[in-house]
Amino acid sequence: MEIRNVSVRRGSETVFSNVSLSAERGELLGIVGPNGAGKTTLLRAINGTLDYEGRITVGGDEIAGMSARERSRRVATVPQETALSFDFTVREVVAMGRHPHTARFERHDADPVAAALERTDTARFADRPASAVSGGERKRVLVARALAQDAPLTLFDEPTGGLDVNHAVRALELAAELAAEGRAVVAAIHDLSLAARYCDRLVVLADGGVCASGTPPEVLTPETVRRAFDANAAVSRDPVTDSPLVTALPEASGERAGRVHVFGGGGAAVRFLYPLVSAGFDVSVGPVPEGDRDAEAADALGCETLTVPPFASPGPDDTTGTVDAADAVLLAPVEPAVADTLAGVVPRGKPTVALGEAWPMTADLPRNAAPESVIRAVATAVNGTDADGGNRGVPRPQD
Amino acid sequence: MATDEARATPRARRLRARAWCVGLFVLLLATVVGAATVGPVRIEPATVAAVALNALPWVDFQTPDVARTILRVVRFPRVVLAAVVGVALAGAGTVMQGLFRNPMADPSIIGVSSGAALGAVGVIVAPFAVPFGMGLHLAAFAGALAAGFGVYLIATENGHTPVATLLLAGVAVQTLLGAAVSFLLVRADDHSLREATYWLMGDLAGATWGEISAALPAVVVCVLVLVYFARDLNVLLLGEADAGALGVPVERTKRVLLAVSAVLTGAAVAVAGVVGFVGLVVPHAMRLLVGPDHRVLLPASALAGGSFLVAADTLARTLAEGLPVGIVTAFVGVPFFLYLLVNREVRSL
Repeated sequence: MEIRNVSVRRGSETVFSNVSLSAERGELLGIVGPNGAGKTTLLRAINGTLDYEGRITVGGDEIAGMSARERSRRVATVPQETALSFDFTVREVVAMGRHPHTARFERHDADPVAAALERTDTARFADRPASAVSGGERKRVLVARALAQDAPLTLFDEPTGGLDVNHAVRALELAAELAAEGRAVVAAIHDLSLAARYCDRLVVLADGGVCASGTPPEVLTPETVRRAFDANAAVSRDPVTDSPLVTALPEASGERAGRVHVFGGGGAAVRFLYPLVSAGFDVSVGPVPEGDRDAEAADALGCETLTVPPFASPGPDDTTGTVDAADAVLLAPVEPAVADTLAGVVPRGKPTVALGEAWPMTADLPRNAAPESVIRAVATAVNGTDADGGNRGVPRPQD
Repeated sequence: MATDEARATPRARRLRARAWCVGLFVLLLATVVGAATVGPVRIEPATVAAVALNALPWVDFQTPDVARTILRVVRFPRVVLAAVVGVALAGAGTVMQGLFRNPMADPSIIGVSSGAALGAVGVIVAPFAVPFGMGLHLAAFAGALAAGFGVYLIATENGHTPVATLLLAGVAVQTLLGAAVSFLLVRADDHSLREATYWLMGDLAGATWGEISAALPAVVVCVLVLVYFARDLNVLLLGEADAGALGVPVERTKRVLLAVSAVLTGAAVAVAGVVGFVGLVVPHAMRLLVGPDHRVLLPASALAGGSFLVAADTLARTLAEGLPVGIVTAFVGVPFFLYLLVNREVRSL
């Protein structure tokens, strides 16, 4: 399937223009993008149910030049929803997938229908009216219908929409299986992390065109997500599947200013990083071991992060420039061992907010302090007054 | 075993579907014969059958002259015309409900009946206003097609005809044409007013073989064309975008179905006047009985519509001299429809 310079207009409005992309057999191509970017519209142009300008070819032939029948033998579609008026049974709806393969007055072939019902786990309720099954079940019926259609190119419009976690994953597993069997599969998916996990390539559709395309890690960067979705996002790695994990965050709205350096490790700083960034502070983190949860969170949030190789003890060289530039220092509630390792690099004389008892200085706030109170304390420290309990990084007298 | 059972289900359904169609066809024949026995002079069913079969070549039963004359001149035309009109209206109604995916759709939804009414009432009330001195039937038929085509043009933009627009345009045009008919009626003299009122209520009295020979071929051809498109209509019920993706040329199919339904309705209305509720109630009832598959529903509805209208018309002429059949279909059809609405699944359509 190949798309070249395709534009679609709705009335006088252009939905998107000059979109070019391609999908090979054996490939699962994900189309992601904000609501209203035209993902569904693009799929409808590909399956020929919408007029377009440009060239869309499937198997080398132009879609617009084919008869509806020929088109539907090449392109199967799983729509988001279907208008199920009147009480057709699930089996009858799935059998309609055989429509393009069946001559008039001929009986449709029962085997592909039975296979499609089996494969989508819909055979159990095959003889119930399709209007009487649940939304998630109906979605699978639509998948079964597309399977029965047996086309080399299969389009999925939001295969996970409205499905529980189990069925969402199974829907995408099925899409990936279809690709592995040698079909080309194009899926419009709104869940970026799921898209990243299953798709071989992603195309980001936004602002009336293709905004980025490539492998999921290439495409899913905080910058792209910001550009396409106009949203603040953190991109990290899924701890289980190691695929890109996109966490959308509300737009940073804070008006705080100033640089804050955070000493953490072992995940102690994670829950304060986003509130700090969101409050408007310019945040740096470290030194933390590579691959530490604090390092990952800081990376995902786009904070400057100082890392040291695992198990290495940080020395002053690892921190100098960054920590010096900070207006204030936050000591996250780390384990005592981590605090001991960092003791040599924590600066003296900077406005400091210490959390927890592990640090050599008096705790300003307990280790389980709420992020809001920490923000307030850091703000006070940045502004240079000690009134709110910030100290100057001077160690408490040893007992 | 389970697989065998699953395979047997569609097969059983096919057999059931065939049984329905055959059964309804037999019912239609029986209703026609039964209806022909009823009247001021009672005629035995055997005699009716014998007279009917005599119309076939090489068949020559001995029949009483009086009965033969009554049947050939009076009863058969009326009964057969009722069957033809019932088939046409129920068939067109089924297609309209499917096409509009709306249980309230009936054959007149795209303004066909209103157009026919204007043509017919025009001829009755103000013949000079009807171009080319057309006869009543022709004027009604022309009005029907003109109204249907007009509504289609209004609702079509860039080769697309959204059914929602079609529905609204149909309602608007119906209202407009209704007003025009009312205007003509207000200006009519007493005799014309009475005649026009009968026509507007749907009346099969005075049916002739001429009307049958004009309407019957058109109705048979149209119903066959609709049955030919039955599977496409099934797929269209999934919505137009889905139907397009499943290989149905949506706009073309819609155009054909609308045009054929309009001709069907126009032919029925031209010969019988505006007979209401047959096209609304019969498809509903049959959908509950045989299911939504148009390959079965459409022929079943058409045949049942024929029987229904024959029975209703027989009731009309038995109850009172000159009672228009439209009144009976409404009196019988509406309570039945309301019963379906309250007790059955019609609400979930």
